[in-house]
Amino acid sequence: MRLLVVEDDRDAADYLRKALREAGHVVDLAADGEEGLAFAREGGYDVLVVDRMLPRRDGLSLIAELRARGDQTPALILSALGQVDDRVTGLRAGGDDYLPKPYSFSELLARVEVLARRGAPQAADTVYRVADLELDRLAHRCTRAGQEIPLQPREFRLLEYLMRHAGQVVTRTMLLENVWDYHFDPQTNVIDVHVSRLRSKIDKGFDPPLLQTVRGAGYIIRDVAR
Amino acid sequence: MTSLGRLIRTTAFKLIAAYLLVFAVFAGSVIAYLGWHTQRLVTRQAIEAIDADARYMQAQFERGGISRLVQVVNRRARAPDAGLLLVTSFSGDPLAGNVLNLPLPVLSEPGWSEISYVRSEEAQAPPSRALVNVIYLPGEFRLLIGRDIVEREELRKIIIGPAVWGLVLLVVLGFAGGLFVTRRVLKRIDQMTAVSESIMAGDLSGRLAVAGTGDEFDRLALSLNAMLERIETLMAGLKEVSDNIAHDLKTPLTRLRNRAEDALRTAQADEDWRAAMERTIDESDGLIRTFDALLMIARAEAGQASAAMVQLDVAETVAGVAELYEPLADEVGLDLELHVEGPLPVRGVRELLAQAFSNLIDNAIKYSAPDAPGTRRRVRLAAEKVEGRARVTIADEGAGIPEAERPRVVERFVRLEASRTRPGSGLGLSLVAAVVHLHGGTLKLEDNEPGLRIVVELPLDAEGADEPPASSL
Repeated sequence: MRLLVVEDDRDAADYLRKALREAGHVVDLAADGEEGLAFAREGGYDVLVVDRMLPRRDGLSLIAELRARGDQTPALILSALGQVDDRVTGLRAGGDDYLPKPYSFSELLARVEVLARRGAPQAADTVYRVADLELDRLAHRCTRAGQEIPLQPREFRLLEYLMRHAGQVVTRTMLLENVWDYHFDPQTNVIDVHVSRLRSKIDKGFDPPLLQTVRGAGYIIRDVAR
Repeated sequence: MTSLGRLIRTTAFKLIAAYLLVFAVFAGSVIAYLGWHTQRLVTRQAIEAIDADARYMQAQFERGGISRLVQVVNRRARAPDAGLLLVTSFSGDPLAGNVLNLPLPVLSEPGWSEISYVRSEEAQAPPSRALVNVIYLPGEFRLLIGRDIVEREELRKIIIGPAVWGLVLLVVLGFAGGLFVTRRVLKRIDQMTAVSESIMAGDLSGRLAVAGTGDEFDRLALSLNAMLERIETLMAGLKEVSDNIAHDLKTPLTRLRNRAEDALRTAQADEDWRAAMERTIDESDGLIRTFDALLMIARAEAGQASAAMVQLDVAETVAGVAELYEPLADEVGLDLELHVEGPLPVRGVRELLAQAFSNLIDNAIKYSAPDAPGTRRRVRLAAEKVEGRARVTIADEGAGIPEAERPRVVERFVRLEASRTRPGSGLGLSLVAAVVHLHGGTLKLEDNEPGLRIVVELPLDAEGADEPPASSL
């Protein structure tokens, strides 16, 4: 994927470029808002990673300008301002996701990859499939190997989110934000318990296990056989 | 700036001056109108009297010719309080009458005019003013009939003189009064300014003097004092926060640094390095969490989030958080019992309230989970309408908090000895308190016998009940 990172802190930018390249992406760096806008307008990026506070033109105005020109390239806003209202203004300016600083790289990577594939055909399907696991979003039914698995409404939404991003790592924070719509940090890892309950329903007694834990990052649902 | 200059520049003085000007113009117009009317009245009376005399004299002339007219005029002219009378021949020679020193042109034309004259019997007196009518009689005789209008002049003097003096007095007294009032106002304002300046210089304990008269200055002083009280509390909070930051952020930072140094000194194998790095990341995550919590508390206490408040259903918020924690509670041996009776409409920030309730449930899970495996305890979570308020109760069956300690645990970073060994920043309850305070509610810690019962009460939002509840944010 081609990524544009607009970040004025040299160290942070270099680190992001290095780590994103290791993850297999092509990365361009811009050091201020105007440069970032000029790069972004040339187009061809899959995702923009934009720091909120930038010299010459701040990140929100950069994104707003792009949106005003009809450019819908997904944008992830990085910001030291992490409170609820900051996040709301960030998303209102046209950002697609908001990640408060300091962030862990695995969190950033997971979000960038999800953003890049946001428009993938899978998202619009009414039935999600991973190996022999099927989730019918219209009928609200989940089956594995043809066998019906009863799910609580929240478990259904959790599985739905995981399967929409099948093959991609999703972090605990992403689950909390997208499945529960909470943006705070619960002090205990409540999400893990929900995921392990879900796992016991969809993986127990079936082979291979589909819902896996990615150490230090989050969860992924995928067909290991493929 | 001179003190007079300062007086003149005050709002009170400007108001008084403007008021005086308007009042003077108004009073002047009333007096002028009255004067004009009185004058007109006097003039009309004179005209009527002259007309009556004229009719009489003309009748006498018609009846007895000039000789009878002269006779009548001579008799009349001598009567006291008589009007002006004069009969002349064509050439202007007086035949009878009581007027001397007439300006000549008066008789050359018939009609009305105002003249100054001297009466023949008081030849030495100064000339007086009169309204006269000149009538031409057959045989080229001329008859002048007039009335003294000195009364009118007197009246004018009576009205204008006092009016002018009155106005002058009014303006002088008005300005003097204005200066007096303004000086008093200025004195109190100066006192207030002086106190404000000392407060600005850093002495937050200063308060404005309240005279006790209940006037607008007292009210202003009272509300400013209330504001200062709030500022002082906020500043004290800020100082407390910075003290706490110094202590509770530097401690983990020191730990972080020590571990890194230790790793540098002793690590041999790759695994040692890896373990040290992971510990460092964990430690810094803990720091970030503490820092975020502090920022959030500070924001909630500053009341900034109140702009983002919408109507929401607290019952729904509580149920949502309970749903999030239920599996975790179940796993550690707690039955999370939920009793919600909604809807409970409250104006608030869903995210903040959810975080506050999640902190409370999190605490209940941390501190009341049964120690012995196989045993189970209950955590009761209720949201209901009680006495017109939304009451959220979280009751556990754990060790509880001794009554004496309860007020302290809400403070920042306070962790009771019993909890020191468990993870946590000591900010959970402070955040709850700040969020509850932001929403205008109360937070109470009670004995659940056994265990701790936390009661949060929030004011219900009666208005705008038809607004759609906020579903996200």
